[in-house]
Amino acid sequence: MLELKDICFSRDNKEILKNVNLKIDNNKMVVITGPNGSGKSTLAKIIMGIENPDSGKIIFEGKDITNLSITERAKSGIGFAFQQPVKFKGLTVRDLIEISAGNTMKICDACDILADVGLCAQEYLNREVNSELSGGELKRIEIAMLAAKKSKLTIFDEPEAGIDLWSFNNLIDVFEKMHDDIKGSIMVISHQERILNIADEIVLISNGKVEKHGNREEILPQIFGKIKPCHKLENKERCSKGGAENG
Amino acid sequence: MDKIEKNLLKQIANIEKTPMGAYNIRENGKGIARNTTANIDIITKNDKPGIDIIIKPNTKNESVHIPVILTQGGLNDLVYNDFYIGENADVVIVAGCGIHNSTCDTAQHDGIHTFNLERGAKLKYIEKHYGEGEGTGERILNPKTIINLGEDASMEMESVQIKGVTSTIRETFANMEKGSSLVVSERIMTTGKQTAKTIFDVNLNGKDSSVHVASRSVAEDDSVQEFKSNVKGNNKCFGHVECDAIIMGNGRVISDPMIEANNIDASLIHEAAIGKIAGEQLTKLMTLGLTEKEAEEQIINGFLK
Repeated sequence: MLELKDICFSRDNKEILKNVNLKIDNNKMVVITGPNGSGKSTLAKIIMGIENPDSGKIIFEGKDITNLSITERAKSGIGFAFQQPVKFKGLTVRDLIEISAGNTMKICDACDILADVGLCAQEYLNREVNSELSGGELKRIEIAMLAAKKSKLTIFDEPEAGIDLWSFNNLIDVFEKMHDDIKGSIMVISHQERILNIADEIVLISNGKVEKHGNREEILPQIFGKIKPCHKLENKERCSKGGAENG
Repeated sequence: MDKIEKNLLKQIANIEKTPMGAYNIRENGKGIARNTTANIDIITKNDKPGIDIIIKPNTKNESVHIPVILTQGGLNDLVYNDFYIGENADVVIVAGCGIHNSTCDTAQHDGIHTFNLERGAKLKYIEKHYGEGEGTGERILNPKTIINLGEDASMEMESVQIKGVTSTIRETFANMEKGSSLVVSERIMTTGKQTAKTIFDVNLNGKDSSVHVASRSVAEDDSVQEFKSNVKGNNKCFGHVECDAIIMGNGRVISDPMIEANNIDASLIHEAAIGKIAGEQLTKLMTLGLTEKEAEEQIINGFLK
């Protein structure tokens, strides 16, 4: 489905991606993980066309899309959920869901999509996507837009950032539902163990390079020694803190 | 009525057939159609051009349409319309002016509207301004709105300048008594070398009176807009003025929101933001499949909706 060939990207004399080669097959749930600043978000933006690589090729569905615009890539079946959702004065949740779906939607279909991300359609459908909404609400609307877009390849850049525990549990359900419904591939950039746990494949990016890529069962045990998923780190810290207090 | 006149009426008042309820249609300086109801009377003024619209107390769910159309160049149409809205009435008034100028002379309409709302009266006032025509003559609209709100009266005013108006000065003055409320929503779009100036002057005189003014505008090409407001809190009251503008091309916007607290219990806020369309907004909509141009249109249309 997607193939990255020798992707290099530098900014301000710093090499962010170094000859990245990566192949994503059809109908896979792939989690890209790695330390902060390793180039994960840049890679996602390069696939969507928001950033352009200095060299290398991007092949999507057998077609070279390296020189295609963001719009052309979106139309050919790539979707991208921003890490920091964008606010729009004047555009409503319904407007954005309809733009995502590419047509006017039946209210009940838009309601179903909002319900999947834990939002009550009656309350949200006609609300402006502006700064009156909380970070968590904006994030859920962002995810709802991607669910409406039904792309062959949907990229989520740290979807868990800024959302509460309740929506986090639902987020996993949304990914699984999208995966089942669309039969496309989902690429998620995440540090969360619970998201890593539902991956078919895991890609570990470190220092601008693909360090590991394989099935979850194969990669997960290997990377736990390298990066610490957030809640494990929190548990460890809590344990050591508790131990000190007890001691 | 010909096709041009019908289109103007559709643009400014959404009228395609004879409107329901009371109405007065003015064309090129003269009244051409009128209807009154048992509760709403329309009387031609004797001392100056214009009409008095008298709405009986407790009138509910009725509407008045008073559109004005100009299709002649070289005409300067000045009109005084005075509205008297009785106690506890609850009505909708739709006004507006459309100019079709196919000449090289200026066509101008200055509508001076005075609203007098008695105790507990409720009004929704919708006003649209629009210009078109292949002539080089200017299309000028200078509406002046004077609002006197009695005790516990409330008014919602929607003022929209759709397009095609060469220059406009839009003035709104409000005097508000105890417990009254005013909500103003203004939308303006200017293109080419058009100019638009908006002035709001609100006196919150009565205890617990409140005003909310939200102005959104888009200045494209070489057009210039100016927003000036002065909200005076003369009692325990609440006032909020919000002015947002998008600039495109060489468009310019000057915003001058002033608030004046003349009482220790007055609570007044003003906010003003001017800027071009954020790059990330365009990028987001492009990732959903819109072209840059389509994304821009969506953002502008949503902003001015």
